[in-house]
Amino acid sequence: MKTARIAASLGVAALVCASGYAALFIAPDEKTMHEVQRIFYFHVPSWSASFSAFAVVFAANIAYLATRHVRWDLLGVAAAEVGVAICSIGLLTGPFWARPVWGIWWTWDARLTTTFILWLLYISYLILRNLLEDPERKATLSAIVGIFAFLDIPLVYMSNRMFPTQHPKPVYFGDSASGADPRMTHVLLLCMASIFCLMVLVLMDRYRLERLRHEYEELRIEVESRGSGADAALSSKEKK
Amino acid sequence: MNTSRAAAILLAKELRVEFRARELLTATVVFALVVVVLFSFAFEPTAAESRRYGPGLLWIAFLFAGSLMLNPSFAREQANDTLDALRLAPVSGFAILAGKMLANFIFMTLAEIVLVPMFAVFYNLSLAGIVWRLVLVVTLGTAGLVITGTVFSAVSAHARMRELLLPLLLLPVLVPLLIASVQATASLFSLEPEIDGAWVAFLAGFDVVFLTASWLLCDYLLEE
Repeated sequence: MKTARIAASLGVAALVCASGYAALFIAPDEKTMHEVQRIFYFHVPSWSASFSAFAVVFAANIAYLATRHVRWDLLGVAAAEVGVAICSIGLLTGPFWARPVWGIWWTWDARLTTTFILWLLYISYLILRNLLEDPERKATLSAIVGIFAFLDIPLVYMSNRMFPTQHPKPVYFGDSASGADPRMTHVLLLCMASIFCLMVLVLMDRYRLERLRHEYEELRIEVESRGSGADAALSSKEKK
Repeated sequence: MNTSRAAAILLAKELRVEFRARELLTATVVFALVVVVLFSFAFEPTAAESRRYGPGLLWIAFLFAGSLMLNPSFAREQANDTLDALRLAPVSGFAILAGKMLANFIFMTLAEIVLVPMFAVFYNLSLAGIVWRLVLVVTLGTAGLVITGTVFSAVSAHARMRELLLPLLLLPVLVPLLIASVQATASLFSLEPEIDGAWVAFLAGFDVVFLTASWLLCDYLLEE
């Protein structure tokens, strides 16, 4: 089990290094934006990976309410944290590209706004979890909030789409007339695969950590209850 | 007992509790008024400016007031553990939630009935000829605010720092509602008032999505 984890970590590390090399040196230069365009190779994958993580949160929330098995709750919090982290990469890399190309750091376009609200929604989901004490209640209530948050995402997107946008339309995966060099598409696919694998790896690790934390918490409660039970027994003996 | 009758009884209970003290409603109206007055210092309230900013200010005031007003909805039940008594009653979970939603809707609507005319006076906007269309937009927007807000109020009632937590959870979820309400209200306040069908339909859709979700999830929400 441990060797498998180490092997998986090394494999993902190699994949991330390879995709970094490919994005910087193999992908051809873009005609108008030049070097700054290379940020796309991490910006676009961060969106798809974080969205996958949030979809895992949604699925875990529903699974928890349906089965009441604690592992779904632990998976939910792990995926939400990883999703927020990767979403932050997308939110940070976007402005660094936008400033030289658009001349502004930020615009309130449907995609930007939706991602930003998504990020806020899952941060408030994580804050909620910190503020609830009882573990079972925490799991149930945060699952409800998680489901509401996920239902909100398409509505945020739709409500923002009615405004004019500056964000470029998807170029890769478009038709052959989109003008992208096939090498660019290949590098992007490699980067998507590597960021996705990184997401899955970190998610699994975070889940394992959360499970250990949960087990520790249960043991601690058991020890405490036994301890206080023993104390009570002792004091009653002393009284006699 | 069927759900609608149970919800009506709960609604009557909520109204009785509120109108004995009237503290929640008064505080909400005054708070929203303070927000509206503060905005008038932050922006120049001439008619042309108000047409541009007015609808946004109005809805921000509603959302802030709502996110504070909805907090006691469930938190109030905690003082004497009365939520347990409600749970023991032979009524469906949705009846409890619907009773509270209806009560909150009435409180919010009463606050808005006071606020909208004052807003029109302060910001020099005319309500003549658009009253019924404005009622439609405000009703749909308020319904969405109250549906999601009541559910989140039940969530935050169990948490620490719940007064801060409720706006934190609620306001990001209300972003689409804010956009749609502001756009629909703005087209009513423009020089040639007209109702924007797309945004009104969007508001109705928002209400339906979250009402359905609350109906599906209410038993989990209210369980011990």
